[in-house]
Amino acid sequence: MSDYQNIPPTPPRFSATFDEHTLAEIRRAAATGIYDIRGGGTKRRVPHFDDLLFLGASISRYPLEGYREKCGTNVVLGARHARKPIEIKIPVTITGMSFGSLSAQAKEALGRGASMAGTSTTTGDGGMTPEERGHSSILVYQYLPSRYGMNPDDLRKADAIEVVVGQGAKPGGGGMLLGQKISARVAAMRVLPEGIDQRSACRHPDWTGPDDLEIKIEELREITDWEKPIFVKVGASRPYYDVALSVKAGADVVVVDGMQGGTAATQEVFIENVGIPTLAAIRPAVQALQDLGMHRKVQLIVSGGIRNGADVAKALALGADAVSIGTAALVALGDNDPVYEAEYKAMGTLPGAYDDWQDGRDPAGITTQDPALAARLDPVLGGRRIANFLSVLTLEAQTIARACGKSHLHNLEPEDLVALTVESAAMAGVPLAGTNWIPGKAAS
Amino acid sequence: MSLRANARTFDLARNTVRELNAELHHLDPETSHYWRIFNPKGRHSIAAGLDADATVEIAGNVGYYCAGMNKRATVLVKGNAGVGVAENMMSGLVHVQGDASQSAGATANGGLLVIDGSASARCGISLKGADIVVKGSIGHMSAFMAQAGSLVVLGDAGEALGDSIYEARLFVRGNVHSLGADCIEKQLEDQHRKQLHALLERAGIAREVDIGEFRRYGSARRLYHFHVDNASAY
Repeated sequence: MSDYQNIPPTPPRFSATFDEHTLAEIRRAAATGIYDIRGGGTKRRVPHFDDLLFLGASISRYPLEGYREKCGTNVVLGARHARKPIEIKIPVTITGMSFGSLSAQAKEALGRGASMAGTSTTTGDGGMTPEERGHSSILVYQYLPSRYGMNPDDLRKADAIEVVVGQGAKPGGGGMLLGQKISARVAAMRVLPEGIDQRSACRHPDWTGPDDLEIKIEELREITDWEKPIFVKVGASRPYYDVALSVKAGADVVVVDGMQGGTAATQEVFIENVGIPTLAAIRPAVQALQDLGMHRKVQLIVSGGIRNGADVAKALALGADAVSIGTAALVALGDNDPVYEAEYKAMGTLPGAYDDWQDGRDPAGITTQDPALAARLDPVLGGRRIANFLSVLTLEAQTIARACGKSHLHNLEPEDLVALTVESAAMAGVPLAGTNWIPGKAAS
Repeated sequence: MSLRANARTFDLARNTVRELNAELHHLDPETSHYWRIFNPKGRHSIAAGLDADATVEIAGNVGYYCAGMNKRATVLVKGNAGVGVAENMMSGLVHVQGDASQSAGATANGGLLVIDGSASARCGISLKGADIVVKGSIGHMSAFMAQAGSLVVLGDAGEALGDSIYEARLFVRGNVHSLGADCIEKQLEDQHRKQLHALLERAGIAREVDIGEFRRYGSARRLYHFHVDNASAY
């Protein structure tokens, strides 16, 4: 008998480089000849807020009594230049998502929920709908390269204006909305033929560079009689310089969106390979504001992967004035809910993994223009869910802040944080837990 | 007595653009108005955001975004205009008697922009329904992604005219250096001659030009849907 029969079998070994997803993507590309398009933000693992921990109070720090001692949450946005700054009751806003990428019911629900929570919601690359304006007590109107639906009447109806330079899922890229979602109403609002695959410009049509941006911001202020706060939103890639240049251009508020931030539809290769994580963007952005003497004078809003109150508290501790949520808000509305498991499976996916938001077949009625699907989403109930979720984010952040002895969420500071990994310590500029070592800085 | 004879005058050497626009934004909606602006000296955002039955005559050169987002008003620039004149105009008339810089009439939704001289690059970029008549020539990448409306050029057009154009109509009398992706020459038929004549008439030059000298350009509509065989065109 051969000794070979006694050799233990070697199990099949899969390549870490050519993993299951990579192999499938190569086969898909070979079959179709075109890149994959999907919605959402990066799915790869990147250093994130989970890699940070708070140092609760003990002997050297004095905590506040939970449920009894006040912990403020309000934020004033736009006091730098605007005659009518806005005040939000909680430091969590709803980010820009277009009518077109989302159903009218979803936009209405976001407006209702934000209004109940005393915060703002934001239009998107498709103009302002009456439903959204009507149900949003504080509405930020996006000014995008496409200028779809842009008009001075809606500009004046807005409570703030957000000049969108880029977003975290695709810094340097324009938007797209595939034909399935260019319904008659969406097409009319965007002045496009119905049913085409719409491509948005990646650059603004009438300004290039920070000097022009300054003049553009001045024009928007002139048209609105200097009433509205002007936000500038950038995708996180070079946050120090982008924030500094936005401040120089006259922004009242700067929004920095990390690569976990979602998009309605973009190439997978773009989402996964361009931009930097939210965690890596905050400290350079804050540093730019501090170097200019503008921290807390020009507000910083951070977005991209905010999921719970701990994320809110960590972003604020690192120096942000507020955060924005997008994907988490859609999940709160019902996106990727297991209740639709059968329908997700029929589309070749699963609850929790569904990202074909561009297809318009969303069983939750959120990322669709199909009337029957959209009707599944009750905007009143959806608004309640959004308000509930925003309330939990706030309560959780307050819980942490009180444990750190802070009477306002804005009193959280980097000193309250440590990092679990060398990478996150370097990005966040806080010590590795159990040490006083911040990578890149001499130990004190 | 004419409105112009009773015009309100405003000197930008003595007062600011902010003060000017603040007054122009609060005109009595029940009456017509005529304003004459002096010493613009290239200042930006002059007469931006108007929404009134008003004529604003500007004596000199203006900077960026003159008459931006204009509604209903007539703005006459007796000089040259900087970047983005009449950008996102909704209605009304903007008439530049000199040359215009880049992005003239960008994203404009309605109304008429007339440029007596030439316009630089990106004239009519992302046009959304307004009409533009340029008596001189236009620069490169004009009518890029133009969605609706018309661009009439009596002179020449630069490189990549109408790149990624949607449903806007382009009429050029002179030479076109090159056409952009998905922009093609189309037959100038009777209906288009009528459209062109109407545009020229609105610009006050219908009798000065021969419509037969124009060529028409528009979308081939090959890029309206993503397709693997069009990849090189994107």
